[in-house]
Amino acid sequence: MPTSPDATGYDLAVIGAGPAGLAGAVAAADRGLRCALLDAGARPGGQYYRHPAPELRAARPDRLHHHWSTFIGLADRLAAHRQAGRIELLSGRHVFLLEAEQGGDAAGRSAWRLHVTTGERTGHLRAAAVLLATGAYERQLPFPGWTLPGVVTAGGAQAMLKAGLVLPGRRIVVAGSGPLLLAAAASLTAAGAQVPAVVEAGDYLGYARRPGVLAAVPGKLGEGVTHGVALARHAVRLRRASAVIEAHGTEQVTAVTVARLDADWRPVAGTERRIACDALAVGHGLVPQLELATELGAETRTVPDGTLALRVDARQRTTVPGLWAAGETCGVGGAELALAEGELAALAIAGEPAPSGALLARRRRLRGFAELMAAAHRPGAGWPGWLRPDTEVCRCEEVPAQRITEAVEELGATDARTVKLLTRAGMGWCQGRMCGPAVAALAGTLEPAADRRPLSCPVRLGDLAQLP
Amino acid sequence: MRRTPASLAAADPGPAHTIEFDGRPIPALPGQSIAAALWAQGILAWRTTRIAGRPRGAFCGIGACYDCLATVDGQPNQRTCLLPADPGTVVTTQEGHGHADLA
Repeated sequence: MPTSPDATGYDLAVIGAGPAGLAGAVAAADRGLRCALLDAGARPGGQYYRHPAPELRAARPDRLHHHWSTFIGLADRLAAHRQAGRIELLSGRHVFLLEAEQGGDAAGRSAWRLHVTTGERTGHLRAAAVLLATGAYERQLPFPGWTLPGVVTAGGAQAMLKAGLVLPGRRIVVAGSGPLLLAAAASLTAAGAQVPAVVEAGDYLGYARRPGVLAAVPGKLGEGVTHGVALARHAVRLRRASAVIEAHGTEQVTAVTVARLDADWRPVAGTERRIACDALAVGHGLVPQLELATELGAETRTVPDGTLALRVDARQRTTVPGLWAAGETCGVGGAELALAEGELAALAIAGEPAPSGALLARRRRLRGFAELMAAAHRPGAGWPGWLRPDTEVCRCEEVPAQRITEAVEELGATDARTVKLLTRAGMGWCQGRMCGPAVAALAGTLEPAADRRPLSCPVRLGDLAQLP
Repeated sequence: MRRTPASLAAADPGPAHTIEFDGRPIPALPGQSIAAALWAQGILAWRTTRIAGRPRGAFCGIGACYDCLATVDGQPNQRTCLLPADPGTVVTTQEGHGHADLA
């Protein structure tokens, strides 16, 4: 297991080797900091730059990605820093607990202890500063039939394609909300799947309300146009203001029902239409993964898409001393923003006075676009209109909507935590990552509450008992 | 010719090896996860739930949802989307919590 290279530990531990973490680690190492770069995955890149295992010998991984050359540039710098002993890449390691050491180190710097598991073994390492770049996971809203085999997350379909070169089916409906849907549909069609429809709950008109913000990020428009052209070439139909309100099948999905939504995402009766398919890729945007920071009391802010993100200052500092954050943990905004924020955090941690105006301007433009995007894809309050009493909401514990409604209406629960205690919804293996946003909405929670996960992944009791 | 993920990425993996799923041989490419090898054969479910006994397979594909659990080489509750399909791996559909042997 990784242990600190010496008694003083690393100058910086970066948690997450996606765009933000990679950019942060190499920029910090450029300035002479000794870094540990930890990631739960087998290879650096995170979800965005997820790529085939080397044994699959893919000559053209770039065809699975946007901006692949950016990743190659970061990977080359990472390799040089690893060779020089400035970065230790610790793949396959999940940081399950982040602990501030009392009093800091001998030099008076803040000091951190990171508890790490490989699933088989646990250990810990120490660092003077921590950059949290843990990214995000997908937001799911339940609907009848969403637990059928063949129904997968949009990000999951992307991940399995990028890493394993496989598809869940041949005729795949893509549904939910957010820009990931267009990217997923473009990848799936490029890889040979037929995509009969992309079903987007938002109306995309939200983007038109702030033309100035859009004009400042021409690259983002270009991406949208690229996806649009690719989809048009494959005759993929984009259905806006619509949702998959049911997946059909007994042993696996064989069709979906799509309906129009009103402005609040309530299905409009009489607009249902059935589409045959053998897979459905679904997701409703992304949720920042924050628990390591919120367990330490880091302050959060509510993003226009209804999720919580860490509150950071102009130099990416969280409200916890010695803890920085970059990328999706500061609000979902995509890889380009994550790269800028990772670099800005590294500059601050390395003690550089003021970053370049160009870098700050890039962050401002991209953050502006991210907030616009978040508002355009915020789930409407009417989505529970497509639930039925027996629709499973919590996949792990198999808790139907009816039991959650009972907990709220008859037993008086007003938040997800109380619903969990009464129904077990959110108590299973995934720790509420799949059903959390839905349960909170059904409980009538208006403002999101920070996730409470003292440990960020399941850990064996024996390993916990041995924590130093 | 029909496009495939492998042709898109111009992949030229070594020859497939074999894993076992519920007693039958399944080809797997070097570097693929167990879940990917099963998807490649059109297999989408390899677990039944504890309460209703319903079929489940990979959902999130990144190790977060724990829906893709299976019994792997005798060990229940293994996330197949993270585990490599190494030659000779034995995968069994997991029923419920996977500890029927302890009952």
